[in-house]
This record gives sequence, structure tokens and C-alpha cells, in this order.
Amino acid sequence: MVSSAWLIPVFPLLSYIVLIFTGRRLGDRAPLVAIGAMGLSALIAILIFAAKAGGAPDVYWSTAWAVGGGRELTVGYMVDNLAASMLAMITFVGTLIFIYAAGYMKGDPYYSRFFAFLSLFCFGMLTMVLANSFLLMLIGWEIIGLCSYLLIGFYFRRKSANLAQMKAFMTTRVGDLFMLIGIMMIFAQFGTVDYRKVFEAAGHALAPTATYMASAAPGGGAAPAAPAGPMVGFLGLQIPLITLTALMIFGGPIGKSGQFPLHVWLPDAMEGPTPVSALIHAATMVAAGVYLVGRSYPLFFATPDHGALTFVAWTGTITALMAAFIAVSQDDIKRILAYSTISQLGFMMAGLGVLGYTAGLFHLLTHAFFKALLFLGAGSVIHAVHSNSIKDMGGLRKYMPVTYWTFMAGYLALAGIFPFAGFWSKDEILLEASHHNPAIYGLLTLGAFLTAMYMTRLMAYTFFGSFRGATTTEPDPWLPEDHAMARGSSPAARSGKGGKGAAKKAKGNDHGHGHGNDHGHGHGHAAPHESPAAMTVPLIILAICALLVGLVGVPGTGKDGGSWFHAFVHFEGFEAAGIHAPPFSWPKAIQSLIVALAGIFTAYAIYGLRIVRSETLRENFAPIHAFLANRMYLDRLYVYVFIRGGLGLAALLRIFDQRVVDGTVNLVGGITLLLSRIYRFLDTWVVDGTVNLVGLVTRWISQLLRPVQTGRAYNYLLLAAFGLFLIVVIGLWRL
Amino acid sequence: MIGLQHYLILSALLFAIGLFGVLTRRNAVAVLMGVELMLNAAAINFVAFTHFVSPGLVRGHVAALVIITLAACEAVVGLALVINAYRHLDTIQVDEMNLMKG
Amino acid sequence: MAGEAIAFYILTGMIVTAAAIVVGSKNIVHAGVSLVPVLLGVAGLYVLLRAEFLTVVQILIYVGAITVLLLFVILLTEGATGLRTRQRNEQVPLAAAVAALFLVTLLVALTRTPWALTNQPSAAYNIGAVGTSLFTTYVLVFEVAGLLILASLVGAIVIARKES
Repeated sequence: MVSSAWLIPVFPLLSYIVLIFTGRRLGDRAPLVAIGAMGLSALIAILIFAAKAGGAPDVYWSTAWAVGGGRELTVGYMVDNLAASMLAMITFVGTLIFIYAAGYMKGDPYYSRFFAFLSLFCFGMLTMVLANSFLLMLIGWEIIGLCSYLLIGFYFRRKSANLAQMKAFMTTRVGDLFMLIGIMMIFAQFGTVDYRKVFEAAGHALAPTATYMASAAPGGGAAPAAPAGPMVGFLGLQIPLITLTALMIFGGPIGKSGQFPLHVWLPDAMEGPTPVSALIHAATMVAAGVYLVGRSYPLFFATPDHGALTFVAWTGTITALMAAFIAVSQDDIKRILAYSTISQLGFMMAGLGVLGYTAGLFHLLTHAFFKALLFLGAGSVIHAVHSNSIKDMGGLRKYMPVTYWTFMAGYLALAGIFPFAGFWSKDEILLEASHHNPAIYGLLTLGAFLTAMYMTRLMAYTFFGSFRGATTTEPDPWLPEDHAMARGSSPAARSGKGGKGAAKKAKGNDHGHGHGNDHGHGHGHAAPHESPAAMTVPLIILAICALLVGLVGVPGTGKDGGSWFHAFVHFEGFEAAGIHAPPFSWPKAIQSLIVALAGIFTAYAIYGLRIVRSETLRENFAPIHAFLANRMYLDRLYVYVFIRGGLGLAALLRIFDQRVVDGTVNLVGGITLLLSRIYRFLDTWVVDGTVNLVGLVTRWISQLLRPVQTGRAYNYLLLAAFGLFLIVVIGLWRL
Repeated sequence: MIGLQHYLILSALLFAIGLFGVLTRRNAVAVLMGVELMLNAAAINFVAFTHFVSPGLVRGHVAALVIITLAACEAVVGLALVINAYRHLDTIQVDEMNLMKG
Repeated sequence: MAGEAIAFYILTGMIVTAAAIVVGSKNIVHAGVSLVPVLLGVAGLYVLLRAEFLTVVQILIYVGAITVLLLFVILLTEGATGLRTRQRNEQVPLAAAVAALFLVTLLVALTRTPWALTNQPSAAYNIGAVGTSLFTTYVLVFEVAGLLILASLVGAIVIARKES
């Protein structure tokens, strides 16, 4: 069973091929192909997961792809417990999101293309998860990067979507470049990119490090890292080569998983359709970075003093905290969730970094379920309200009960309330952090508090109070102007004019019906209503998952008092290094629960009970609010430093080009011109004169010799033979 | 005792006969035959030198093989030209082909 | 040794006689046919000179292919109808003089040159050596010869083709 894992990515690939070639003809049936393929993959993946849970051995298959000079590149697949969990999660959540998207995107002029891209994305993601080497992983990694680009800019007539897709692609590319360098460094050091061989080799490096760790553990980094292998200078620091390698690899996850400072693309990526946000920018792709760190854990762990892991931990912590702060100040529902995603990814990274291997990956899995749920719920809300801004919502509890209750499940899970999934996973990260790094523990606790707070704020604005929206017609996402649907709260976004224009525009499209036509224009001024079953059913299933998935992480379900998942996805290197996971402790769990509740009540006091009015807070803390609402000015900083800087550099180079390079070229040209004039004079009088003289002489002589030319070949031949005879005679004479 | 000189003299004789044929024949095909005789004379020289001067090396044999190749090419192209000339000028007598006469 | 001498003289006689017919015969078909003994004689000389491979090639290509081709073209063009045509041009005396002068010069040059002779006997059956040097030392020559054959093949087809 497990060895048939290679089939899992094949179905989405087939679906992609079918849809991209015959999608137009399939029309409204296009999602059936994608959903069917994804369902088959999910079936296999879940069966494999069940087999692995039942104790089936790992599967490893590899074949040489390119051999050069004794080193070879291999491709193949590898299914261990971690991969099996990821496969099951991706295919299961993917299938639900596909079903949801079939309802959400209905009537879109590029319906089939959307599902083609989604299928291709799943193919890339599953390939990346199944890969047995850094190389194949990179291929999958780049495919998902491409699909992310294509899907963010799916509404390609909108300028903001174009900008967002470019931003996403360029930003992640920065990280990918580092990762590529890292992979090359791995290949240079170990002569292979195969996970097993690399980790085995890194493990040999680990052995002396481990003993060194044991002897000098209390002193921390005080002792010189002599046995840590070769050192390299990097940015003025002396870093062990393997640490630098691991950090380079980590560059990829920083970009893809939206870690500080390359997180800026993820909020903008919400320009894509909501199912894309749910699948790619919440559940799977952004988790790829976390998965990669988990996959390469032996490499990171083998770095002296766990230097690379410390870096990962701090990056994750900074990201988690920063994004949580920003999320509190945002008004766009999808942006709040996007920053929440960044924050949670930071949590995962921090968890992995503080030696909480299982904790980080467990959070990855649970987060995928409830964040997908939250995004789909947000999509459902946006579908009903036709606005992204939470200021335009309110009181939706009455109008959309299914969405409300399922969203509530996701909210409780994300806030970390017992017994929802998020509670178990987040608690485990906090527990590991408290055990290994108290400073990070403190910061993450603050992050958890903020998480509960911004989610409560979101709930309060969206589902409670009274409806503040003024829904008229649905704005068409295909409208090229920026004001169509982007950036939420602008009044033009909800004007009937825009909607009608959009509908007209959509009519011009191939399928003859636009997004706006589905609900008709009679929709105006009516109260928001619940979404269709294709959208609510996945919500319900995901809500159940958000409640239940955490149960595999309940302490006591596995051996030695640990959780079942802890035993299932486990890093063997810890035992070798004498590191033990901290036992579950109720005080810590209750503490984290109290923190979450505190966050909820703080937000409830402000946004629900209005003990302190949020407007007052906003005025009193205007600088801070501006700082947060402007996303800590990081985006602007990048614009000024990198984009303006790049353009400025280009302008400088242009001036250099015009003045110096062109000047030189012109000077050379001028000199050439002068010289050629002189040559022309010489040529006319001296060279041509000589040539003409030669021609004239030849003409005189040939006039004399003309009778000799009979035009008969054998006459010439006779003369030639005679000439040859003369030459031979002369040659003999001189001999 | 047959020595190198014998072969050289024979080849010179053959060469002279071939030359005479080339210079005197009117028929283009016959001219080509003369050329073949000359080429054979040269080939004999090569092989004879190999035999009597450097028997270990087979350079002369290679040269003779190249000559045979050349002869085959020459015959093929030459005869193609003859056929073409016959088709256009209705003759293969070389003294009647005097288009070169200016 | 005596056998070799006898063979040599018989072959020489055959070659010179047949060659004379080739250049002198009034019948172009006779000339073409008597090319065969010349070439066979040369092949015989190759046997005496221990060049077995060349012997075979000489017979296969010259006698088997080129001669047949020549005769074929004779029949295609003038054939038997050209029997009564004049076969020699007007420069016979001059040509004979030049050829004779050439012969004399060659004989003088060849007999007066001191050749670096060796008594080492030729190895029998040197096909292997020929093949080896053809594909190692003289591989460029070999390739160029192949290219030449290709070019002449294409050229012959292009030239001889009937223009439609």
C-alpha cells in the first residue's frame, strides 16, 4: 500500500493535463475532474496514512537520474510518518477546498483554468512532500511557487493582483536563491542531494558535536567550536560550514513560509480568489517551508550548538509576534487571516527551533485544518457581504448560521481553547519553548495572547452587533480597475455602477456569463444570506476536523505518557543527543489557556462590551496604530530601499552608460572616421592607381597572347605537360 | 632480382602512355581512361616504395587506397559530365567542346 | 626469386601492351575492354609487392566498377555508332614528343636518385596494419576521402540528372 505513494501526485497532474487541454469544452463540469482526481489522491493518501499508523515500514525508492564524475543525482520518493501525515492532510484539505471552490468560483469565465492551476499546484506540493532528495524537492517547490504566482494573479485584469503576484514571486525568489545556494553547498560537501545520504553524512558530523555538547552543555557557546568541522567567513563572522549550509536552506522557508523579513508578500497574496488563499496561502504551500525544515531537521540539528535551530527559533518568534501585532490593527478580513497565518507559521518555526520537532509539525497539521476553515468561512462571508472589510460586516450570526458556527470552531481552535486542535498544538510549542528557551517562551505567550485578541476582534466585528453593510450588487473581481473589489472599504467597491459595468464586461467573455450574473441584480439591499451547500459542507467537515484533529496530540494517548502523534512523528536524533521532550504539565496548559482567555476578554471588553472604545484607543495610541496599520512600514521600506534603490541604480547606470560608455564609443567612432578619410585618399590615388596599372599591363600582355588560347582543353593540357616537363628538367639540373 | 628500379621504370612507362592517351584522344571517355592509367602508375610507385623502403609501415598502401578512391570519384563525376555534355552538346568529342574559346 | 622476376616481366608485358591498346585503338570499345588487363596486371604487381588488400580493392573497384562504368557510358553515348569516327586529334606528334620527353626525364630522375633501400622483407598479410593506420594515424585522410565520395556522389547525381 505504502509503496503506491507515487500515485498520489499523478492524479492531480492528470487532472491538470486534462483541464488545460479540454477545460473549455468541459465548462461547468471542469471541477468534477479536479475533485475526482484529488479525491482519489486523498483516498490513497489516507489509506497510506492508516497503514503507516498501523506500523507499516517506511518506503524509500530512488533511481539515478544524472550521473557525472562519480557523483549522481537521484530522484525518487520517500514515505515516512511525517510525509504520510502531510500527504493525508494536503489531499484531504485539498479535496474539501476543491469542492468549496466549485461553488465559490461558479460562473467565473476562467472556471476550468482555475481548477487546472489548483491541480498543478497540488501536483507540485505532493511531489515536494514525497521527494527523497533536495533536488526533486526543489522542483516541486518551484512548481508551487509558479502556481502561487498564477493563482494570486488569477484576476489578471486587476492591477493590484498583478502587482501582488509579482511581489509574491520576487519576494519568495529571494529566499529560493539562498536555498539554491544551500543545495549547491550540500552537493559540494556531501556529493549528493539525497536526503538519506546527506543526513547520514551530517549525522557523522553530529557525533563529535553531540559529545561536545554533552561535555560543554552548561557553558553554552563559551567553548570554541573546534570539532564542528570547517569554518567559513560569512558577512564578517566565522560560521561553521554546516551551519551556513543549513541557514542557506532556511532561506527558502523564510521566503515561502512568510517569515520575517520576507513575509511582505503573503498579505498581498490575498488578491487571489479565497479558495486559493485557503489552500495555498494558509494550509499547504506556506507550510512547505515548515515541512522542509522538519524534513531537513537532521541537518539543522547537526549544526554546532544547534546554531541553525536557534536562528530558526528566533526568526519564528519575531515573525509570530510582529504579525500578531499587525493583525490587531487590520480591517480587511482576509488580511487579518493572512497575518494570522504568518504569525502561526512563526509559531511553527519557533517550535521547530526550540527542539520541539513534533510540536512544530503538529501545529502545522492542525493549523492547516482550522486556517483553511477560517479562510473558507471568510470567503463565505465575503460572498454574502461583497466586501472584505470587517467594518462593513456585523451581525452575520443571524443571517449565516452555518458559516457562523463553523467559523466559531476555527476561531476557538486558532485562539487555543480547550479542547480544540489549536490548543493541543500551540500548548505543545509553548511547553517546548518553556523547557528550552524561556525568552522565546515569554514572547510566544504574548503572541498567543494577541492571537486570541485579534481573532476575537474579528469575530466581534463580523458576526456580532448589527449589520453595517449596504450590499447592492456583487463587485466583479475581473473588473480591471483597482477600486473594483480591492482594499475592501472604499465606497466605490460597492457601487451598483461598478457591478453593472462588471456584469457587462463579463458578458463579453467566452462563457457569456460573469460573476455578477449568478445572483442577479435583485440581490441589492437584501440581507446577506447563507452560502450554497457546496461551500457549507466543506466548512462543516473542516469544523469537525478542527475539533477532532487535535485529539491525536492529547497527552497519554501514546507511549510514556506522550501523545500518539509524538510517537508517530518523531526525531530520532534527540535520544542520541540526550535531549528529552518535556513531559506534559497541566499548570503550563492551564496557563496557556488563561493567556488565550485573557486575550479573548481583552478584545471582548473593547469590541464587545465597549468598556474602552476602540476609537479612543486608536486616538490615544495614534503613532502605534499608524505603525501597525501600515504594517510596520516594512513594505514601504522595501519599496524605498529595494525597488526605488534598484530603479535609482538603474538610472545611475543609465547616466554612466550615456556619458561614459557612449562617449567612449563615439570617440572611437570619430577616430575611425578620421582614419578612414586618410585611407580613402591613399586608396584612391595609390592603391587604385597601382591596381589600374596592373590591369593595364595585363591587358597589353594578354592582347599579345590571345592567339594561344584555342579554347580546346587538350591544347592547354599539352602545354601544361610541357611546362611540367620543363620544371622537372630545371629541378634535375639543379640537383 | 626485381628491385625498386624495375617498378619505377614500369610506372614511368605506364604514366607516359597514359599521358599520351590523355593528350591525343578525342573521345572524352577515352581521355578518362588515360587518366586512369596515370593514376595507376602513381599507385604502383607508392606501393613499390612501401615495399622496398619502409616495409613495416603501410603508408603507401593508404595512399594507394586514397588514389583508388579518388579514381572512383573522378570516374563518377567525369562520366556524369560526359553524359551531361552529350545531352546538351550532342557530342563527347573534346575538340568539339570549345565553348571556352573567347 | 626467379619466379618473381618471371612474373614481373610477364605482368609488365601485359600492362604495357594493353595500355598501348587503350590509348591507341581506333575502336573505343576495344580500348575500354583492354583497360581490364592493364588493371589486372597492376593488381598482380600488388601481389608481388605484398599488398594483398590493395589487390582485392584494385580488382573490385577498378576492374569491377570503374571499367564497367566506362564501358557503360561509351554505350550510352556514342556506342557502336562512333566506330568510324576519328579517335585522335591533330596534336599527336607534339603529344608523343612531350610524352617521350616526360618518360626520359622521369627515367633519368628515377634512376639517378639514391633511394634509401632496405632489405627488410615486407610482412605478409598486412591487412591489419593497413586497417589500423587507416583508422588511427590517417583517420583524417580516411574521413576526407569519405566526404569526397559523398560530394562526388551528390555531384554526379545533380550533374547527370535529366532536367525536367
